[in-house]
Amino acid sequence: MTFNVPGRALAQTLAQKLIARASGRAQVAVGEIVTCGVDMAMFHDSSGPRRLQPMLEELGAQIWDRSRVVLVMDHYVPERDDDSRRIVRIARDWAREQQLPHVYDSQGICHVVVPQHGHIRPGMLCVGGDSHSPTGGAFGAYMFGIGSTEMLGVMVTGEIWLRVPETIRMWWDGALPAGVTAKDMMLHMIGRFGMNGGRYQAVEFAGPAVAALSMQERMTLSNMSAELGAQAGLIAPDATTAAFLAQAGAPPVDMAPWFTDEGAALTHHRFDAATLEPYVAAPHSPANAHGVSRYLGTHVDVAYIGACTGAKLDDLRAAAQVLRGHKVAAGIRLIVAPASLHDQERAREEGVLQVLMDAGAELFPTACGACSGYGDPMGDGITVISTTARNFKGRMGSPTAQVYLGSPYTVAAAALRGCVTDPREVLA
Amino acid sequence: MTADILHRPHRVWRLGADIDTDALAPGHAMKHGIDVIAKHCLEAVRPEFASEVQPGDVIVAGPSFGIGSSREQAAAVLVQLGVAAVIAPSYSGLYFRNAFNLGLLLLTCAEAETLNDGERIALDTTVPVVVSPGGARLACEPVPGFLMDMVRAGGLMNQLRQRGGSPDPQKASNV
Ligand code: SF4
Repeated sequence: MTFNVPGRALAQTLAQKLIARASGRAQVAVGEIVTCGVDMAMFHDSSGPRRLQPMLEELGAQIWDRSRVVLVMDHYVPERDDDSRRIVRIARDWAREQQLPHVYDSQGICHVVVPQHGHIRPGMLCVGGDSHSPTGGAFGAYMFGIGSTEMLGVMVTGEIWLRVPETIRMWWDGALPAGVTAKDMMLHMIGRFGMNGGRYQAVEFAGPAVAALSMQERMTLSNMSAELGAQAGLIAPDATTAAFLAQAGAPPVDMAPWFTDEGAALTHHRFDAATLEPYVAAPHSPANAHGVSRYLGTHVDVAYIGACTGAKLDDLRAAAQVLRGHKVAAGIRLIVAPASLHDQERAREEGVLQVLMDAGAELFPTACGACSGYGDPMGDGITVISTTARNFKGRMGSPTAQVYLGSPYTVAAAALRGCVTDPREVLA
Repeated sequence: MTADILHRPHRVWRLGADIDTDALAPGHAMKHGIDVIAKHCLEAVRPEFASEVQPGDVIVAGPSFGIGSSREQAAAVLVQLGVAAVIAPSYSGLYFRNAFNLGLLLLTCAEAETLNDGERIALDTTVPVVVSPGGARLACEPVPGFLMDMVRAGGLMNQLRQRGGSPDPQKASNV
C-alpha cells in the first residue's frame, strides 16, 4: 500500500492514474497487482455472444451491468454463408434476450463505432474482446484486449485484475510533412522495436507531433499498439479529444487529471516527425517495415483501403487527396471498405466518396471484411497493398498472397501507378 | 491443489531464459486437446520432461518465461501435468495473466537461478518464499490473496463455477 502524503505525492504516469482510479486507490506502484472495476466492456459477433452465452448459461449467471456492455456486429456481416448466418443470429438473439441497450449491428467496425457513440471517455477503464482494443487508449482511457474466459469473468463480476504496467513513452517532436501520417509513425516504431517492443506494458504517445494529430489519427496510433506488443496505447486527452466526444454526444468529462506527471518513472524514446518518410511493411510482418523508397516499383494487383486501422474518415480523405481527378492504373483493383457507416456518410457529404468512385474504387461493406480474410478473401498469388494493421501469412485469406502495409496515401498512390509509390511524388 | 501439497518438497526442473510459448505448447500439437499438447510440452528443450514430471514438481527458469504468443495452452499444459509452480525472475506480461486465470502459480523470484536441476525445495506461498535444499530463503514478489484463491480453485472458470455465478463480496477487500 502506498500512502498519499499531502504535498509529497509520488509522480505517476497516466497509466498509473487511470488504474489507481479504477481500483479505488490514491496511487498504485508499477508491478503491483490490483483489481479494477470495469467502466465499459465491448465485444463483437465473433468474440462475444457465441462464446459468452453458453458459459453464462452454464453458470446460471447474469450480466453485472448491461448499461456498461457494448455489442458490435462487424466481423461476420454481411452474412454470406451458413456459418456467418448462424454466428450473427446467435448475437442478435442474445442481444434481444438480454435487452442489451447498446448494440450496433452492421454499423461499422467496433473500434471505430464504439468511440463514435461516446462510449469511451477519459478516465475510464475498459476491456474489449478483440486484440485491437488498445484503440480506446487514444481517448485517455485504459483499454485492453482480453480472451473470452476473462470476458466471462467481467460479465459476472464487473471486475478484472491487472498488473500495473511500466510506461514506455514515445515522444514525437516536430510536425509531420504532407503525405506522412500516424500509420507511418506506427510502422516506423514497430519496425524499430519489433512486435514485442511494447513488452505488454503501457505505451504512451506524446509530444507536439502527437498533439497536432486529429482524433482519428490518434486512434490509428493506439490501434497499432497491438502490433507493438503493448497492453495499452495511451494518449493524454486534450481539446481535440473533448471536441470529438462532444460531437459523439458524450457527457462532458473532466480532462484535467489525465496526464503523466513530470518526473514519473518511465522509459522515454524520442522521434522527429519532420524527418519521417512514408513507411511500408513488407510481407509477412508489420515489423518488416522500412521507408517506402526500399520498395518503390513493386508491382501490386490490389489496393485495399479498409479496417479499423485505415478506413476512417480521415483515411478516406487522405486517399481522395491522392486520387482526385485521376483513375487507378489499368488492371488494378482498388477496394474501399469504410470503417463505419457514419464515416461513409460524412465522406459522401464531403464528396470524398465520389472522388474515390470516380477513380475506379469498388465500395465494400462497412465491416471487417477482407482484413481478417472474411467475405472476399484475396486470391492466391496476388500482391496486395493495404491500410490494415496485419500482413501475417494468410491473414487476408490466401497464404500465397503477398501483403504490404502502408498509409492511405501510400495505398492510393500504389493504386494510381500500379506499383509501390512514394505518395509525396503524386501529391506534389 | 491444496496448500498442503505446496509445503512438501518439490523437485526442480531447471530451465534457461526465454522459454517461449512454442516450447511449452508446440505449434504442431495445437490442433489437439490439452492432454495431447501436454505430451509435447518442452520436448524441444527437455525431451524427458513430459513423461517424467510428477505432480507437485516445480519449474525453475531464467528471465522472460512464457514469451511468445497469447496461446493459453502454454499455461494450461503445466496445470495439466500437475506442475505446482513456476519460479523465475520475470515473465512475459501476457503469460502472467493467462497463467493465474488458468490456475497456474507463478512466483517472481530474483534469485531463482541459484537453484539447480533435480534439487528438492520447499515453498511457503503465504510469504511467499522458496526454501533451497541448503535452507536459504529466497524471497518472491507478493501474490495477492485473490490470485492465490484463483490458483487454489484451478483458475477463473472454476472459481466462477464455485461461486455459482454470483459476485464474491470478499474479492475487492482481498486486494
Ligand atoms: S478491421 Fe481488422 S483489425 Fe479491425 S477489428 Fe476488424 S478484423 Fe480486427
